Order: sequence, then C-alpha cells, then structure tokens
Amino acid sequence: MNTVSIIVLIVLAILTIVQVMRISEISSSIQGGKDNQVSEKDNDTQGKLLLLVGMGFVISVLVMYWAWGYHSLPAPSSEHGAEIDSLWNLSMLIINVVFFIVQPILFYFGYKYRGKKGTKAVYYEHNNKLELFWTMVPALALAVLIIWGLNVWSGLMMPENEEEPIVIELYAQQFNWTARYSGGDNQLGYATVHEIGGANIVGVDMEDIYSSDDIVTKSLHLPVGKPIKFEFRSQDVIHSAYFPHFRAQMNCVPGSKTYFQFTPTVTTAEIRQNKDVKNHVEEVNGIRAAKGEDLWEFDYVLLCNKICGAAHYNMQMEIIVETEEEYNAWLKEQKTVAETL
Amino acid sequence: MSNTSTKNEHFQDHLMEHHHKENFFTKYIFTMDHKMIGKQFLITGMFMGIVGVMMSMLFRLELAYPEQSFPILEFFLGKWAPDGVMDPNMYLALVTIHGTIMVFFVLTAGLSGTFSNLLIPLQIGARDMASGFMNALSYWFFFLSSVVMIASLFVESGPASGGWTVYPPLSALPQAMPGSGTGMTLWLISMTLFIVGSLLGSLNYIVTVVNMRTKGMSMTRLPLTIWAFFVTAILGVLSFPVLLSAALLLMFDRLLGTSFYLSDIFIGGEVLSYSGGSPVLYQHLFWFLGHPEVYIILLPALGISSEVIATNSRKPIFGYRAMVGSILAIAFLSFIVWGHHMFVTGMNPFLGSVFTFTTLLIAIPSAVKAFNYITTLWKGNIQYTPAMLFSIGLVSTFVTGGLTGVILGDSALDINVHDTYFVVAHFHIVMGLSAIFGMFAGVYHWFPKMYGRMMNKSMGYAHFWLTFITAYGVFFPMHFLGMAGLPRRYYSNTAFPMFDNLADINVLITYFAIIGGIAQLIFIFNFFYSIWRGPKASQNPWRANSLEWTTPVEHLHGNWPGDVPVVHRWAYDYSKPGYEEDFVPQNVPLAEGEESGH
Repeated sequence: MNTVSIIVLIVLAILTIVQVMRISEISSSIQGGKDNQVSEKDNDTQGKLLLLVGMGFVISVLVMYWAWGYHSLPAPSSEHGAEIDSLWNLSMLIINVVFFIVQPILFYFGYKYRGKKGTKAVYYEHNNKLELFWTMVPALALAVLIIWGLNVWSGLMMPENEEEPIVIELYAQQFNWTARYSGGDNQLGYATVHEIGGANIVGVDMEDIYSSDDIVTKSLHLPVGKPIKFEFRSQDVIHSAYFPHFRAQMNCVPGSKTYFQFTPTVTTAEIRQNKDVKNHVEEVNGIRAAKGEDLWEFDYVLLCNKICGAAHYNMQMEIIVETEEEYNAWLKEQKTVAETL
Repeated sequence: MSNTSTKNEHFQDHLMEHHHKENFFTKYIFTMDHKMIGKQFLITGMFMGIVGVMMSMLFRLELAYPEQSFPILEFFLGKWAPDGVMDPNMYLALVTIHGTIMVFFVLTAGLSGTFSNLLIPLQIGARDMASGFMNALSYWFFFLSSVVMIASLFVESGPASGGWTVYPPLSALPQAMPGSGTGMTLWLISMTLFIVGSLLGSLNYIVTVVNMRTKGMSMTRLPLTIWAFFVTAILGVLSFPVLLSAALLLMFDRLLGTSFYLSDIFIGGEVLSYSGGSPVLYQHLFWFLGHPEVYIILLPALGISSEVIATNSRKPIFGYRAMVGSILAIAFLSFIVWGHHMFVTGMNPFLGSVFTFTTLLIAIPSAVKAFNYITTLWKGNIQYTPAMLFSIGLVSTFVTGGLTGVILGDSALDINVHDTYFVVAHFHIVMGLSAIFGMFAGVYHWFPKMYGRMMNKSMGYAHFWLTFITAYGVFFPMHFLGMAGLPRRYYSNTAFPMFDNLADINVLITYFAIIGGIAQLIFIFNFFYSIWRGPKASQNPWRANSLEWTTPVEHLHGNWPGDVPVVHRWAYDYSKPGYEEDFVPQNVPLAEGEESGH
C-alpha cells in the first residue's frame, strides 16, 4: 500500500511539472516572447548568480582551509620528510595564488560582461605578446618546481649513506603485514614462496647462511636517527606500504623486490607530546567517548594503500620508533628464525 | 567543380528515390546516418551514466555511515547487502564498475561518440561519415559491450572488483577476491568489444576530417570542436590497441595459464605455478592507454566549450592558433607521461625523473587554454544559455583540478598522497567534472540540431546551479581527506582511529552527492520531455557561425537539400566590425576589401 501511494505521488508530481511547463510555454508564446531564447533579464540574473555563487565557492575554499586544514598530517617524522614538506608548501603556495587570482577573474568577467541589449562585443582575435606572457610565466614557475622536485626525488631514491642502513623486510599478504629483521649480519636470508609452510610465514630458506639470525615479528620497531633500508615483498597481490607520518610509500609487488630508505627522527614517545598530535588525539577521543568506544593513544601506523581485496581497509601494522637502547633491548627479546623454525 | 555538382545532382535523385521508404528498423536500428548514430551513442551513454551515478550514491551512503544498515542497499544489492549492510566485496565492485562506466562508457563513448558523429560531417560540410557502415558497426560494438558490462553485474560471484584499472594479480586470481571470477572475464570481454568499437569510430573520424571537408574548409578554418575530435581520434587509434593487448594477455593469464603478469604467488594455502611474469608490465601497458585516455575524455569537452564560449560571448575565440597548438601539444605530451601513475611501483628512479619532467610540462598548454577562455569572455556580450553556464563551469573545474596536478605530477610529492583521496579529488574535478560539464554544454547547445526542438531553459538553469554547487561540494573536501592521509578504496575508515575526525566530512560529501545525483533527474526529464514536447527550434537558434546551422531543422540523409555550402571564412567571425549582425556564418562570402585572416 505504502509503495503504491509513493508511486502515485511520483506520477502526480511529474504530471504537475509537465502541466506547469505547458502553461509557462503557452503563456510566454501568447506574450510574443521567443520561447526559450535567452532574454536580457536571464543574462542579468545568471551573470549576477555566477558572481555570487562563484565568489561563494572561492570563499568556501578559504573556510575549508580554516576548518579542516588542521586535519592534515602532523610535521614529518623522517629526515627526508622535511624536504618533501618544504617542496609541498611552495607548490601549494603557487597553486593557491593562481587559484585565488584566476577563479575570481573568471566569475567577475562572467558578471561584468553579461549580455546587454544594444552592446556589441569587441572583435579581439589574438595578441601574441599576451599569449607569450602566459606561456612563459607558468613555464618559469614550473621550471623551479621541476628542478627542486627532481633534486628531492633523487635524494630520496638514491640516498648517500654515511652509515650502513639497517635492513628490514616488510612482507605483505592478504590482509596483514610481517616484518623480518636481518639480525647481526644485517643481511636478509633468501626467501621464496616455495618455502612457506607452518610457522615459516615469509618463506625463509633455512639453507641460506644469512637466514638463521633473521627475526620475524608482527610489529615494527625502529631506532630513532638510524637510516633504515626497507625491502618489500608480497606473496599474493600488489599491496602498498604507506607510512603517512614519515612521508614514505612503496608498492609491494609479487615476484620482485622493491626498496625504500628513510631515517625516523621522532620517537613515538616524543610525537605523542607534539601539540598538533595532542589536539588530534583529543578531538578523536571526544568522538570516541561519545560513541562509547575505547580511547585512542597515538601510534605511528603502516597502512595498505593499494586495493588488495575485501579487508584492504583494515590491513595495518603498528610502528614504534624508540631510542637505540630501547630498540636493541626489544630486538634481543625476539626469537630468531633458527629458534622458531 | 563540375564534377562535384554532377555528384550532387546524383545525390539529390538518390534522396528523392529513397527518402520515403524508412521503417522502424531502417530508421533506428540499421541506420548509417551519422546524426542518428550520434543520438544512439548519447542515449546509451546516458543510460550507462544513470547506472554509474546511482552506484556512486550507494557507495557514498556506505562511506558516510559505514557498516550501518539501509534497506535501500538490500533492495538494490540483494545478497550483497545482507540486512542492509553492504559487503566489502560489493563496495569494491561498485567502485570498480562506477569507474569503468564513467570513464569508458559515458565520457569516452557517450561524449566522443555522440558529438564526433553528430558534428564532424555537419561542421566540415560533408554529407555523412566516410564509412557509414563502419560507423554503425562502431555503435553496435559499443552497445554489445554495454550489454556485457551490465550483464556482469548479475553473475553469482559478483562483477569485477579490482578497481577500474584491474591490476593483476588481484584481477587475475579468483582466489584473491570473488569479483575476479566470471565477473572479471565478462569485464575483459566487454572492454575488448568496446575497444573494437572505439577503433572503428576513431578511424572513421580521422578519414572524414582529412578527406571530406567542403571547399574552402582548410584545416585552419576548422571549428575547434573538430580539431578536438580529430586529435582525440588520433589518440584513440594510437593508444587503445595497447589496452587491447594488455586485456588479451590478462585473459591468457587467467584462462590459459600463461605468466605474463604473474610470478611467485602463494595464495589460498598453495603455491601457484606462475613464474617469470611481472605485474608492473600490465601497469605500463594499461597506463600507456590510461593517460592518453584522460585527454580522450577531456579534449572533446574542451572543444565543445571553445565553440559554446565563443558563440555565446559573441566574440571570436581568443588565440585560435594557440588553442590548436595547445591541443596538439597536450596530445603529444599525453603519450610520454604515463609513468606518473607508477611513481611508487619501484620502477627505476631515473624514469621517475623523466616522467615528472614531461608531466609538469603539460601544465603549460593547459594554462594557455584556460587563459584564452577567460580572455574570450573579456569585453564579450555574454548570452547565458545553459550551455554557456556549463562551459564556464568547465573552465572553473579545469583550473581547480589542473592545479593539483602540479602536486601529483611531482614524483617527490606524489609519494605521500599517491592513492589517497587527494588523487580522487584531483581527477574527478579535472577530468570527471570538466568532461561531464562539457558534455552537458554540448547537449544543451546542439539539442535543437539533434531533435529540432528546444530544451527548457529554466530547468537548464536549475540543473546547472545544483550540479555546479554539489559537484564542488562533493569533490573539493576530498583534498582535505587526502592531506590527512586517507587512502582511497577503503570500504570504511573505522579501522584507523586517526581518521575518526574525518567522519563529518564524509557525511557532508554524501549529502552533496545524493542531492547532486537527484538533481540529474531535472536534466533527464527536461531532455525526454523536450524531445517530444519542447518548442520547435528555429534553424539557427544561437545565431552561430558554423555550418551545422545551415542545414534544415528536419533531418535528412545527406544533411543539405541542395549543394554542400562553400566556406569563405573561419568559424569565429562574431561581432566583426563592418557587419550589422554580430555573427557572420562561415558560408557568407567575404565582403569587398574584407580580409579573412584565416
């Protein structure tokens, strides 16, 4: 019954609109107006609306920066992250300047030059100087961004090491992460999908001389101030290891290894004292308390950022950055694969 | 010349003989008339668009209220939303098919197919496409591919769910997700058919533009719409075959056990026998099409807007040659930037540098286009048709979305926002909104040419304002989600407390999405109502210069009842000094002492 009445209501509504449209069309044709041709009044109204809504949009962007800008990630916790953020800030500055100049001009022109009876547009085909000007200005701005960007990029991808980085493997599978530390020799033992079985979840080949001191763990501890070279593997589909707080990301591709290196600079204990992070935690816990959920304590986290299946949205691992002493103490407690397999 | 007029006479005899013999099948099904084929593409594209947009409304509902129960979800999704709670696999399926439908079926076939078919012969002064048969074939391949894609929604294990890019191994292994079973096979079959159709169409457009321009229609007198369609067709012919090969190899891996993309896989408790392949190879092949595809979508919309903005500003398009030059530059560069989709795949860092360089270069011709549009408005006498509003909307979204490309194209910056909502915001605004605004502008502008009637302008205005406001309302806030590190394609962000404070933004976005989606009903109603009941259009309702407005309102095969018009000038003599009217159609001979300049 309910459904029927809804359907009847919809049909009646459509019929009403049709009739109203017929009436408006007939009445306007009686008045001798050309149907659906744009009138001077339309130009006036739409031109003004364009300015109004357009500027409303531009202002709403400012409001969004003010209301949500602080949601952005806190200051980076890695050495290279600071460089990325400086480049980011310059790029954002440039694009915001362009945005806040070009959009208002567009909407203002739309308003200012709205059609009026008796005026004629200016016949203005081209102006080479003007066009050269707005080819060269973006070119120069981009030249700066390209040169700086490539500098940062090559620093990231081909880091010059003053000390030997600690090698850690991150191993991805649907839908969890595993870490493998390379142990005293700082060399990961050979691993292959053919060795997977039982407790050997990452497929370490125990015949390899580098294997026995490897340590497999389910959480990722990192010493502060030490360069870490990550090796990534996946056993099934493509995953992506995303460390937003460290400005780092690399795909894990089945069948091959990928690499990324960074140096954490802020321990977990320190970042919990960071003002932005504290505000973030406070806001989140307000929401969680209202919903009756457990309160949250900030932790660095590793996310999967490449679609990998049903539980992709919940593939995560905790990251703990600590002092070198704490790190060494933690590592000593972990069992090597020689002990577990 | 005498040769042409004899041909014309023949043609007119031909018309007399055959014009009355049409029945339903010859008129609507087996038609080879480019105008009818254009309309077929449009209606099919609109249908697919409705499906695609409805899907997005369903998954927006889920994102705003994760894991909550909505009877409407169970109504649409059945067993995929038990008790009204959407299954994560279905979420991924909806995202995947939404992307596929919007990118390929609506904004490639729906946009290019409609307007290239309708406008190329009419605007260059040709009686039809070079091959009417190939043209009809192109539509029917597209139709078939749409049927297969829709059918894939109903298979037992669900439609393809690996994201619209369908990266293997996820898309290759049914063990990895249910959507990679039959649904994925149908997806590949559908895309194969789609590509065949698209190639047939593109070849036809190229041949027609090169060979069949009327007397006087030199390349530098072509309306910018035709330039855009022409270059788009070239892009399609060069890039779609690569996607075809990518899809075929993926099919081999799935069905015949080859290892092009697969290697060393352990899944479901066993080691698979694939060895030696690379999933990254697929990504190279996919994005070799995928990036030009962005411009296959965007260029026709820009071309349409050039025409609409010039006509309704009553001014020549500013910097015609620069506009053509930037179309060509964008097209060329689009082939050497595909790697920017792959900065974090572990490819050689040197390649990353090259792709950063080429990608950021694209900003230059894009900036030229944006500034030229704005200068065209300057000191114009703007007529606010709904088409004009959508074109100005396009300039706005093209600028907004293009700017964030400067961030994403820079490999060092891409690392931290790659695959986050920042990317979703960027490409929906620059490619999705711009292209859909261009498409709406085209429909409003050429509706009188398609159906001989006018669309209701008040409904057009309402449609524009609701669409413009809600579209920005949906996509602009997504930048802030991305900057907070929220990955895309997450069924829900409840698994990470750090995202809890973003829930409000997600709710707001969903409100805008639902209002914006419903607002499209105004357009659909206006469209179908006007086909039958709209007021009759005059021959040249927008007082435009290009040749399509010299044809009679009633359609006939061959377009012009008499001789094909001869062209004497470019398409942009609006408000030219020395003329009383503010437009001078292309077929008006030059006045004494007047210089054409083109």
